[in-house]
Amino acid sequence: MNFKEVADIVLGASQADETEIVYRRLDGSLTRFANNHIHQNVTETNHEILVRCVSGSRCGTAISNATHPDSLRNLVRVALDLARQQPENPDFKGLPGPAPLSIVTSFDSAVAGCSPAARASGVGVMCRKAAEAGYTAAGSMTTAAMRLGVANSKGVFAECETTLVDASTVVMSATSSGWAQSSGWTLDSVAWDQLAEEAVGKTRMGENPIDGQPGEYTVILDPYATSDLMGMMAGDGMSAQAYQEERSWLNGRLGKQVLSPIITIVDDGLDPAGIPLPFDFEGQPKQRVTVVEAGVCRGPVYDTYTAGRQPGALSTGHAMEQAASERIGPLPMNLFLKPGTSNVNEMIASTKDGLYITRFWYTRPVHPRDVVVTGMTRDGTYIVRNGEIAGAVKSLRFTQSYMDALAGTMALGETCKTLWAGGTCNVPAIKLERFNFTSSTR
Amino acid sequence: MKQLAQHAMATAESRGARYADIRIIESRNQTAGVKDGNVDSLGDFESAGFGVRVLVGNAWGFASSADVTREEIDRVTALAVEVAQASALVPGQPVELGPPVRSTGTYVTPILIDPFTVSIEEKLSLLLQADATIRRNPGVKVSEGRVTCLRHHKTFANMEGALLEQTIYECGGAISATAVSGTDIQVRAYPDAFRCQGTAGWEYILGARFNDHAERVASESVALLSADVCPSKVTTLILDSSQLALQIHESCGHPTELDRVFGTEAAFAGRSFLTTDKLGALRYGSSIVNLTADSIRPTGLGSFGWDDEGVPASSTPLVKNGDFVGYLMSRETASQLGLQSNGCMRADGWNRIPLIRMTNVSLEPGTWNAEDIIADTDDGIYMETNRSWSIDDMRLNFQFGTQLGYEIRNGKRARLLRNCTYAGITPEFWNSCDAIGNEKSWKVWGTPNCGKGEPMQVMGTGHGAAPARFRNVRVGVYR
Repeated sequence: MNFKEVADIVLGASQADETEIVYRRLDGSLTRFANNHIHQNVTETNHEILVRCVSGSRCGTAISNATHPDSLRNLVRVALDLARQQPENPDFKGLPGPAPLSIVTSFDSAVAGCSPAARASGVGVMCRKAAEAGYTAAGSMTTAAMRLGVANSKGVFAECETTLVDASTVVMSATSSGWAQSSGWTLDSVAWDQLAEEAVGKTRMGENPIDGQPGEYTVILDPYATSDLMGMMAGDGMSAQAYQEERSWLNGRLGKQVLSPIITIVDDGLDPAGIPLPFDFEGQPKQRVTVVEAGVCRGPVYDTYTAGRQPGALSTGHAMEQAASERIGPLPMNLFLKPGTSNVNEMIASTKDGLYITRFWYTRPVHPRDVVVTGMTRDGTYIVRNGEIAGAVKSLRFTQSYMDALAGTMALGETCKTLWAGGTCNVPAIKLERFNFTSSTR
Repeated sequence: MKQLAQHAMATAESRGARYADIRIIESRNQTAGVKDGNVDSLGDFESAGFGVRVLVGNAWGFASSADVTREEIDRVTALAVEVAQASALVPGQPVELGPPVRSTGTYVTPILIDPFTVSIEEKLSLLLQADATIRRNPGVKVSEGRVTCLRHHKTFANMEGALLEQTIYECGGAISATAVSGTDIQVRAYPDAFRCQGTAGWEYILGARFNDHAERVASESVALLSADVCPSKVTTLILDSSQLALQIHESCGHPTELDRVFGTEAAFAGRSFLTTDKLGALRYGSSIVNLTADSIRPTGLGSFGWDDEGVPASSTPLVKNGDFVGYLMSRETASQLGLQSNGCMRADGWNRIPLIRMTNVSLEPGTWNAEDIIADTDDGIYMETNRSWSIDDMRLNFQFGTQLGYEIRNGKRARLLRNCTYAGITPEFWNSCDAIGNEKSWKVWGTPNCGKGEPMQVMGTGHGAAPARFRNVRVGVYR
């Protein structure tokens, strides 16, 4: 049964004031390797039908992966029953109507048709090159195809297809490790030769690390670490829900210069450098939103619900799929940090005393309003002295306000890397004047 | 379902698998959430499907589908074999699974009240009542409450003859108050920050008595805004049992997962400092530290009849009188050590493979009355309810934050403290433990949000703990 047929059954069966259906079909596969061999290799076919029924200003949601017509009609009954059993919610102003959508492409049939043997072939390159260097590799390669459809009783009908390919590896020796990752929607987004060269090179450079000393350092971050800065800033902080609940770092800072003037952050769900989609999970057109412009805070992203709570606000096309457990507010899922004019080599050459960091690990917010985060460095933390790499240190723990760190941005790389972590982040390397490390691991 | 499962096993064998198993699962999850007096979410989630895992030669393959039909089982089983054959293109060491598993039987979580017989109206009423109590405090910016009720019905079969039916129930929920002033945000939650969840019926929610704690939660969140910031120093630390449960989870549970030790989670969840040379040779904690992994404890979120390899529920020591003595194991990893699985393989759904997961990893009760631990402490800090957590990929260097703290002076609680954090190195921390509360203050907590594996799986784990005291701990790391 295709989406149109599913939508017709759901909308035809509903007696709710308003009804919405979100349909997802997923064909996903993941090949996982460790100790230079494939140890897990999985594939799945699934579909998910979400029905939201509105009665007055009350919403009920039911989700199922059964597509039989009787199951679909039952899903509508359950959702409407849930809606009718609750008090009115004056903050809910109704489902959105249709709006013109841009035409974007993010579907590659080569990804959708990628076989287990093809994934094994790529992974095999990685394992062989690690073994040739005397190291062990672990990592994964994901290929997935998704069909997404959104329709509602007010005339929204939107459907698209998208693909995802993501590959990552950690290469390890007895004393060192290195990381590489690549993501996109075309199969050629991943070049295992290049990933192997990068991760093996990082591992070699990090052999025999010394204990790191806590303190403030100038840091140069690979795009992997930069993406963590963006992810934590996005988290709740770029969402209108967090802003309305006064939990966002944007609260009290709109129109103010709080980050370096070379920092511009936008969310653009239509940019093909990410993984674009024409619409969000309410079928509303994705819009380019500038969250930070030249260091000045501009505003969060909205869905219909949060826009309805704020006079003058409109959905920016950032609605997320309704979760079974709680209402997820709008989120920026296609972040871009505007590149600069530098590169990692230049950043190192211009640094007298600092650290060059591959990526961050297990980062968690300590204080959301100032984006204070704690976490570890991982898979390559190198000493920079007098413009050169002078060795490696063991992983360090930091507790640092990402806002303060970005206020001290000294340089941005001229090229960006697209990285997948639930959404996409397109980011360059970055040099930050100050970053606070609180301890070293053993 | 049993016939379909057995058909899949016959198909796998005919296609060349030397081992195969299948899980056919029907899950239902009903949730209700309120925020600021409104119903924030109300949902009913159902998912059904099956996954077939095969071992062909020494290579694994797995395939899954939402269409539970005989024809689709044929297709997916063949696909799983094809996937395994692709795995063999990048081969590893021989795979041994140890003695065959031929378990048969049924298991149902013991419950008093089926949560799916409780009306939506009653569920919302319970939450809205607590929400209203919280909002009576004008200093509260956001009030929230959520409950979740789950049921998983699993049919398991393997090629060795196992055939199992299990119905697992879970219930959980929490309330919270958020207070905001300037750039400061303070949150208080009850029973803990992760929803207190257990394998139980609706009685588990009723027993939490949300409304009885709503006023305190509200007033504490507001009071924290004007509390002093946790000082930065090395001192004596007393943890409440819910924060200690997460400490156990991160610094005891994860490093004892044997797949991490063998490097198969290196690229995502990380590895472990508890390498096999340390088994029976490492002083993990002080002599009063006893850690156990079990899947039999009532209401524990890691309790079941059999794991997802058909291995029966059990209880095994991980740390005994301070010595590191055991791992969480699967059939394959246990065989590599010449041991037998202690039944720790679980998948979070029909479309995921089983991984080694914590069951109920608990710190056994000590001998102290909880209040005596504070009375016996001249100078220190008491911390309660998790707020942030982070630990390195070897599970050594950790830093936690809590929602609330108190200074301890001369055996009594003194000033309230906010933004409390503490940090340490795992074995040093556990070796500094010199007091553990007795069974009167011991409680099983549920952590429903443990992430591991690729694709990511979210699993519920249980952790029993009582308040405990640790000496010479660095606190106040937050600037």
